Amino acid sequence: MKLLGLFNYWVFAVLLMIGLYALISKKNLVKKIMALAIFQSAVFLFFITMSRVDGGTAPIIQAGVPDQIFSNPLPQVLILTAIVVGISTTALGLAIVVRLYEEYGTVEDDEILAMDRES
Amino acid sequence: MNLADHLPALQVALPLLTAPLVILLRNGFLAWLAALVASGVSLGLAILLTQAVLGPGVPEYAVGGWQPPFGISLNVDGLSALVLLLVTGASTLGLAGGRLSLRRDIDNRRAPMFYGAWLIALAGLCGIAVAGDAFNVFVFMEISSLATYILIAAGRDRRALSAVFKYLIIGTIGATFYLIGVGFIYMMTGTLNFADMALRLGDVIETRPIIIAAGFITIGLALKAAVFPLHIWLPRAYTYAPNAVTVFIAACSTKVSIYVLLRFNYGVFHGNLLGHSDLFSVFIVPLALSGILLASAIAIYQGNIKKLLAFSSVAQIGYIALAAGLATQAGLMAAQLHMFNHALAKGTLFLCVVAFVLTSRSANITKLAGIGRRMPWTMGAFVIAGLSLIGVPGTAGFISKWYLVVAVMGVPGWGVPLVIAIIISSLMAVVYLWKFVETAYYGTPPDGDVSAMEVPLPLRVLIWFAALANIYFGLAPRLPIALAESGTSTLLGGLL
Repeated sequence: MKLLGLFNYWVFAVLLMIGLYALISKKNLVKKIMALAIFQSAVFLFFITMSRVDGGTAPIIQAGVPDQIFSNPLPQVLILTAIVVGISTTALGLAIVVRLYEEYGTVEDDEILAMDRES
Repeated sequence: MNLADHLPALQVALPLLTAPLVILLRNGFLAWLAALVASGVSLGLAILLTQAVLGPGVPEYAVGGWQPPFGISLNVDGLSALVLLLVTGASTLGLAGGRLSLRRDIDNRRAPMFYGAWLIALAGLCGIAVAGDAFNVFVFMEISSLATYILIAAGRDRRALSAVFKYLIIGTIGATFYLIGVGFIYMMTGTLNFADMALRLGDVIETRPIIIAAGFITIGLALKAAVFPLHIWLPRAYTYAPNAVTVFIAACSTKVSIYVLLRFNYGVFHGNLLGHSDLFSVFIVPLALSGILLASAIAIYQGNIKKLLAFSSVAQIGYIALAAGLATQAGLMAAQLHMFNHALAKGTLFLCVVAFVLTSRSANITKLAGIGRRMPWTMGAFVIAGLSLIGVPGTAGFISKWYLVVAVMGVPGWGVPLVIAIIISSLMAVVYLWKFVETAYYGTPPDGDVSAMEVPLPLRVLIWFAALANIYFGLAPRLPIALAESGTSTLLGGLL
């Protein structure tokens, strides 16, 4: 059980690093947006994992059912909000990529940079 | 509860609720007017809150009647009031002074959306200043950032788009780092409320996750605040944004991140987390110092007045970060005062740039040659604000530089070298501002035309109002000092 608990944290760290690495190394702007989404998803996973209580169920109080162990609902609610923020960021990022493509005719970071230097 | 008790909530709700109404307006002028009125009323609310903070104090506001630490609370202390004044003031100044400039930059058809985004940015920035818990700060931070990206992307130059893309990526990394830090703290303390967090941190036995959280939060916020060398998004974003937007964001968006940095590192960690203050100082002071020296040096070589002022901003953020990193009472005072005074000076300078670009259609220093003779009023205000930026006695900048030097002298062993660094950087500020002033007064205009071409009177009055505020707060700095004192005592004594 302990290993399973830690497994999620390992996935969190690995996903986070994959996202960050791709953000820095990829030149394609769409790939950068994808990396950003991976990066943010890692954090969502981190919060959800932390809210998990061993043997816990969904936090719903039912009449007639004796006291149970509940998972912590608060981080899950926080992550609902954070997912909305993440979606908005992705949407805005993609919108900017579309505008960049209209203006520069490319979605490659280095080509855009080269054109910026010329002007 | 009477209406005055709801001021902290109104401060956020007013611009947030006005934004969709502004979008519904079909006319660019009406949308601008509505946004200006909403921004002006927000400024009024901030002034009322400031009076309350300096007088009886503002009670903690429990949203929806749910008491903290379980409910969401809004707290306003001296530091929050200072930031609120900055944010609403800069927004109002940018909107009022930017009408003509924005009319040229933004299509009439798209203008209502633009002003809606402006108000959402304003609401987000105000929200950060009043929010009493770490997660609401994150949400407001993202609201304001997303809206700011839209505002910057509205720039006429296509380079605004590549600049804003970079800003979006870096800004999101910063916010996500902050969120990871908040997650670690929540894991160890089970709370998100700042005051509650400060109380419970003392009971945490295993402090390593908290130290890691502090690291994530500090780096994330340093990215957003553009602390050197995490500033790479800032110069281009400031340069290619519409001029009026630069007035708004240059004066307050990075300051708000510094505000959160102070709130966390002093309101929460300081005194509750063993060894944190040393780690924070060791991290932030070298970065701040290199920013103070290098960014000033880079500013000297800029050919675009907006880029020059943007690099100057990076150096000035270095001063604020240096003062904040000293972890002393005097340092905190200096950091807050410099936040206020730098916003004042930089807001005025960028407002003058709005006027220059309005008449000469270029922000290139060589193309602005002779502008001082053609626009004597605006250039006069530019010089006053520039003197304030350098820190000449009699201007607001002098007050905070003075506090900064006093705070730095208190550092055992390092006082003199730090003061020398500050003086060198101030001298470089003289150089880069003189470079522009010299060209503006003594240079020959590119087309040889030296006839007067001032901007309309209302804009001139506004520019001079802002410039005179720099002198006023240099001669009578009671208000920012009182707010900074109140902020320092709450930061060092915990939130409550």
